[in-house]
Amino acid sequence: MKTAITSTGNHLDSEFDLRFGRAGWFCILDEDTGKTSFIRNEQINASHGAGTRTVEKMMELGVGKVISGDFGPKAKELLEKFNIQMIILEDEQLTIKEIIKKIQN
Amino acid sequence: MPRRKRLRKIVAPPGFKGYRPFGNTSRNSGFIELLYEEYEAIKLADYDLLNHQEAADLMGVSRPTFARIYESARRKIARAFVETKEIRTFYGNAWMNENWYRCLDCSAKFTIPLNLPEKTCPLCKSVHVELIA
Repeated sequence: MKTAITSTGNHLDSEFDLRFGRAGWFCILDEDTGKTSFIRNEQINASHGAGTRTVEKMMELGVGKVISGDFGPKAKELLEKFNIQMIILEDEQLTIKEIIKKIQN
Repeated sequence: MPRRKRLRKIVAPPGFKGYRPFGNTSRNSGFIELLYEEYEAIKLADYDLLNHQEAADLMGVSRPTFARIYESARRKIARAFVETKEIRTFYGNAWMNENWYRCLDCSAKFTIPLNLPEKTCPLCKSVHVELIA
């Protein structure tokens, strides 16, 4: 299964991004192989509908879990509908690497 | 300025958009709006057979308020039957009851989608999780 983690940058030492729809990057982790890839978020400067379009992107990528700091009401409703697990972490000091380590332990 | 309506908690929206009478002897005379919380009230009281106090607690409103929602729902349905009106469902003043859990070991908050049976933390695999009300 694939997991998406919202990130401020495009490498493993980047800090975790607390925003979902307007996160800078998404780190896509394949939990079976342990491979990661980074995808730039095109919705970062969208004036509206960023959450909705980001959920659509997640569906396209086949993501089953998303880790972020918060989800807007529309994003929440959609993620719930598509059975995508939402995980909220409130610690913004974490780096992507540390989060991945937590998952793989 | 009337007091604002508190949001009523519902477990799931109705599985239909509306009901339409068939074989009408009179012409179709419009529709009535059945709100999600009214559907939920009928479901809790007459399908799940809860008493009004239990149902009110589930929806996060007082018992008298529950009784008003329930009464309004019954009257709307009665009106639809007698006046052969369509019933259409509308969102109303409801909010969905999402289930959020907190992991007691790593303090992550998470939801458990319907297709995942186990209640474990998705981050640290801990089984020490609690439901956040």
